[in-house]
Amino acid sequence: MGVDRRKFLKLAGVSAALGLGGATGFQLLRPGALDAAERMPTPYQMVFPKEQGNAEVSPNPKRLKGRRWGMVIDMRKLTPAKARAAIEACDYYHNVPQIPGKQNIKWIWTAPYVNVFPETENPWADPEIKNAQFIVMCNHCNNPPCVRVCPTKATFQREDGIVMMDMHRCIGCRFCMAGCPYGSRSFNFRDPRPFIKKEYLDYPTRTRGVVEKCTFCSERLAVGKLPYCSEASGGAMVFGDVDDAGSELRQLLRKRYSIRRKPNLGTDPQVYYLV
Amino acid sequence: MYDSGKIITGLVIFLAIFTYPLWSNMGKAAPVPKPELPPKSVATQCVADTNYMRTSHMTLLNVWRDDVVRMGDRVYVSPNGKAYNMSLTNTCLECHSDKVKFCDQCHNYLAVAPFCWDCHQVPKPKEKK
Ligand code: SF4
Ligand code: SF4
Ligand code: SF4
Repeated sequence: MGVDRRKFLKLAGVSAALGLGGATGFQLLRPGALDAAERMPTPYQMVFPKEQGNAEVSPNPKRLKGRRWGMVIDMRKLTPAKARAAIEACDYYHNVPQIPGKQNIKWIWTAPYVNVFPETENPWADPEIKNAQFIVMCNHCNNPPCVRVCPTKATFQREDGIVMMDMHRCIGCRFCMAGCPYGSRSFNFRDPRPFIKKEYLDYPTRTRGVVEKCTFCSERLAVGKLPYCSEASGGAMVFGDVDDAGSELRQLLRKRYSIRRKPNLGTDPQVYYLV
Repeated sequence: MYDSGKIITGLVIFLAIFTYPLWSNMGKAAPVPKPELPPKSVATQCVADTNYMRTSHMTLLNVWRDDVVRMGDRVYVSPNGKAYNMSLTNTCLECHSDKVKFCDQCHNYLAVAPFCWDCHQVPKPKEKK
């Protein structure tokens, strides 16, 4: 059995006519007629059956609003004790586990000058700076390579600049860890729960197989509070809106000389160090 | 047929073992789950209608998750006008304070193991006074 050319052409004609009769044809002949039906429903219209009425969601009115969040770390004020207090606060309130060895998870930690600012190596620099322990954390880069490489958009940048993690989406591929030039990200090689000294019950832990990092305390900003580390640092870590010329952060940046980590990479980090 | 005796005996034994789960449970219905609702003094209504929550709470939770994590919307106003903080541990489990007596009842019955609890904390059941 075969389809000869005549039959084939006939079939093709009939199919085309039928295709035009569908939604496309309708749209062509009477534009706009289907628009109302096709408008995307909001998520709550999708989850709720019609007769239940509508649910609404909104941000918390008390939240802190910023166009571009950033952090200034004043190395003159940052004593080792204050650094420790800041780190302990973050670790406790975010259930950051303490795992001995290479599998440790870090959100915020200290590192010496040579490691934090490797390109500015200078044997005769002020020893006070050179020997200081700098606080390091995610820089919430304006041009974040981690976001660019994440295949699932588990890492994404919010409108206010915060580079956020959606743990629900992370597949643990660790591209972002390869992408981040600052080592700000850690992978959960194992279930972190047994390594959390004291669990803080209001914040989730993480699970095996996801990457985590500092979130600029988005859960605190959402209820109108400042990040834990900034609060615990006794004024050595100032959090604020980089886009707001009147903010305390911008005043500090005007008055004092500040440096950033690896600026030549073009990531535009938003953690500034006053030296 | 050679060895028919052995083969048929073997088949019968195989079938008996293979179907054991079926006939051993015959006539015995697994007890219907009875999730324990919070006492009226704690809450009389949920964030949505009971029937809806029974069948579709997971859909709602997924939408909440995206709203909170990705959109930054954290306040939910239910169809009847009450406002809630969108949080599994701090809102849902605030009323449904005993996960074993509530969530686990149906989840175990249906043999589903949601991995919410790998990360989200389960508050210790409150002491009844
Ligand atoms: S410091 Fe690393 S993890 Fe943080 S935004 Fe920049 S590239 Fe991403
Ligand atoms: S490990 Fe997770 S966050 Fe990182 S790139 Fe992969 S999916 Fe994205
Ligand atoms: S901003 Fe928040 S999450 Fe980031 S290091 Fe400080 S306390 Fe930790």
